[in-house]
Amino acid sequence: MRPPPGVPKITFVNEIRHDVLIIGAGGAGLRAAMAVVEANPDLSIGLVSKVYPMRSHTVAAEGGMAAVIKDNDAREHHIYDTISGSDWLADQDAVEMFVDEAPRELIQLEHWGCPWSREDSGHVAVRPFGGMQIERTWYAADKTGFHVLHALFQTSLQFSQITRYDEYFATSLLTADGRCQGCVALELRTGELHVLRANAVIICTGGFGRIFPFTTNGSIKTGDGLALAYRAGVALKDMEFVQYHPTGLPGTGILITEASRGEGGILLNNEGRRYLQDYDLGEPLDVNDPRHPQNRAMELGPRDRLSQAFMHEQAAGRTFDGEYGDYVQLDVRHLGEDRIDTRIPFVRELASNYAGIDPVVEPIPVRPVVHYTMGGIDTDVHGATTLPGLYAAGECACVSINGANRLGSNSLTELVVFGARAGRHAAAAVAGQPLSVGPEIHRQVAAERDRIAELRARPAGGERIAVIRDDLNTAMEAGAGIFRDEESLSACCATLRELEERAARISLDDTSPVYNTELISALEIDGMVDISRALAHAALDRTESRGSHQRTDYAARDDANYLKHSMAYRTEGDPRIEYKDVVITRWPPADRVYGSSAGKDGK
Amino acid sequence: MSETTIQLEVFRYRPDNGGPTFQSYEVPYHDDWVVLDALNYVKNYIDGSLSFRWSCRMGVCGSCGMQVNGEPSLTCAEFLRDHMPGPIRVEPLVNFPVERDLVVDINGFMEKLDHVKPYLVREDESDDLSAEYMQTPTQLDRYKQFSMCINCMLCYAACPVIGRVDDFIGPAALALAQRYNLDSRDQGKQMRQDVIFQNEGIWECTFVGECSEVCPKHVDPAGAIQQAKLEGAFDYYKRLLTPWARRS
Repeated sequence: MRPPPGVPKITFVNEIRHDVLIIGAGGAGLRAAMAVVEANPDLSIGLVSKVYPMRSHTVAAEGGMAAVIKDNDAREHHIYDTISGSDWLADQDAVEMFVDEAPRELIQLEHWGCPWSREDSGHVAVRPFGGMQIERTWYAADKTGFHVLHALFQTSLQFSQITRYDEYFATSLLTADGRCQGCVALELRTGELHVLRANAVIICTGGFGRIFPFTTNGSIKTGDGLALAYRAGVALKDMEFVQYHPTGLPGTGILITEASRGEGGILLNNEGRRYLQDYDLGEPLDVNDPRHPQNRAMELGPRDRLSQAFMHEQAAGRTFDGEYGDYVQLDVRHLGEDRIDTRIPFVRELASNYAGIDPVVEPIPVRPVVHYTMGGIDTDVHGATTLPGLYAAGECACVSINGANRLGSNSLTELVVFGARAGRHAAAAVAGQPLSVGPEIHRQVAAERDRIAELRARPAGGERIAVIRDDLNTAMEAGAGIFRDEESLSACCATLRELEERAARISLDDTSPVYNTELISALEIDGMVDISRALAHAALDRTESRGSHQRTDYAARDDANYLKHSMAYRTEGDPRIEYKDVVITRWPPADRVYGSSAGKDGK
Repeated sequence: MSETTIQLEVFRYRPDNGGPTFQSYEVPYHDDWVVLDALNYVKNYIDGSLSFRWSCRMGVCGSCGMQVNGEPSLTCAEFLRDHMPGPIRVEPLVNFPVERDLVVDINGFMEKLDHVKPYLVREDESDDLSAEYMQTPTQLDRYKQFSMCINCMLCYAACPVIGRVDDFIGPAALALAQRYNLDSRDQGKQMRQDVIFQNEGIWECTFVGECSEVCPKHVDPAGAIQQAKLEGAFDYYKRLLTPWARRS
């Protein structure tokens, strides 16, 4: 289809070839790229990202990164914390590998210059985090993700094998002979479409919190990579599990890190009560008690349970009433100015800038906020998907080590452990593989060119992107929020079906090929509706409550029927939901016990 | 009662369609809105063709730097209330080529960053990942401040030297060079100084410190540059003029 007169044409330029193509240049993508170099320095790597690497959302992670390094800790503890945190939906073989490789990967980051906070001895320091028996979170004050991302990016500059395609948006994958062999990408600066070919593609595009209205996620977290894989026939796994972080700033959704509670911050309702004691999370200790904060108890319970406790308090009328909805208070005043400034300075900066309060003298208003998406592209422990040549790592992937609820400070670790695994495996797999030539690829490239031309050529007066996005956000919050039931989810599925049709009628104000950010948004929203449908249908099908997926009509966990990963496949109609068994090695499903009654490793 | 509004005067430029102009938009006023919120309101509900970069909206990704009423600012941290009653003029960062509307070309910076070798250089780099390099909190404090740079480019927009000497490495990249030079784990200082002191511009940098004033993260690039000059220049010229004194 030709654009109408006045709409400059998008042109195709040459085909670019690499051995390995990585889509997404945040923590996982950069680690994967360097793992390919380490594995085989003769390979060429194309690193494609819709933003400059240092803008990737890894930058916003605050609290830290888990790995067993101290003598008082043990691999068994990290494994147990992760599995019980996941409500037994994590694959235990993957968790074991993850825990075993974590220390080495974090030391690698240290050798690459990450400015970890230190003990006086010169060793890296660790702090407690939610759901942990032992403190094991490495941190760089409370800007850990920022430092990790910049250390990875800056280190990557020395490798000439890595060619960056900054501000290129991947629009679709290319497959031929049953293998993934590259992608089509739109260069923002010129509006040109490029054909990028490789024998392995690693998707590292991050999560999709932006399908919800109230999220800690930056605007770029639209789940683009999930849509790419889903449309190429790969299943999206465990999509119904969405993590609400218990402490976001009302209004903006800006994250106040769990490290604020790891350092001793407490949560209060409108009666000044530490209400978590009423939700099977143990007994509160006085803030001046040297044993406070207690690991795996009260404010250091897991995120799903804390966010659910808020909802109960809200229903009981014990939350504060604010301009941007109800909230509770996060009080860190007792830590004192010095400790706040050394351990959680970013918390002070953010609360001052965006909530207008100084946490040294006032409690911070907080409420649960969509933070992390456990579900994603189905991969094995090497990051490989069921489509040969296609890999995924990081938040966009679902290995799964996170199951029904991710443990705080496991996500940054996941980026490097599985980013490196995917990079190594891809490097080994591409050796000696020829790229297919012939009509199969040309056909796909032409179809993609036509899809984008059709979108740009739509007459004015169609649906507006922001309206579709607002309606999508509203539907997801109402239908698939912290508490769900059959009625809310069915309504959500129906709305999403309509939204899919409406999204096909989006028209653009912007006719320029150069930096057409509206075009990118239109392509993003198209994918967002698609993956939202997978989420809603998987949630509707799972008639139990587990971790972050809480069905008010099926309140109990149902191991007999649902100790399984959901697998959503794209069809022309509604997504098809299948199930795959969870891998259990040595930790049979048990109750999740938090508070002082919990024994070591659940024993 | 009519809603309070504020006027934005936004720089518009489309390379494929004529020269730059300013376009006015009337947006709702909220006292907790930042300039970025107002721009997003425009893009979402008034004019989808306005192009600008943004992501984290919490001052850490460094995408959304622009000139706000003539000052280089992170638009996610610049409140409308500080510019009431308006209008607010929003322009692309100066000292960079403009790509489109509020989007500037930062590839020049990306190359400069690359030149200063912003990574740990170790003569004894080993594959031993069983233990971390030791670093005390005091050693960390020496470079910590210079490691806080978010690459937002406000300092380049504020820099009087960049405007005149195009290939000046510039404040952020020099601060990052100094960040690694001061890192007790690093052994690449000489290599970096060869790059830094061969570069035109560093000698024109004065103590005025416009870069440090606009830095939203208090990195103090001006301080880093002066420190680098004092510590490094003598050493660098000594090596240049007396190559036989070069350490092995």
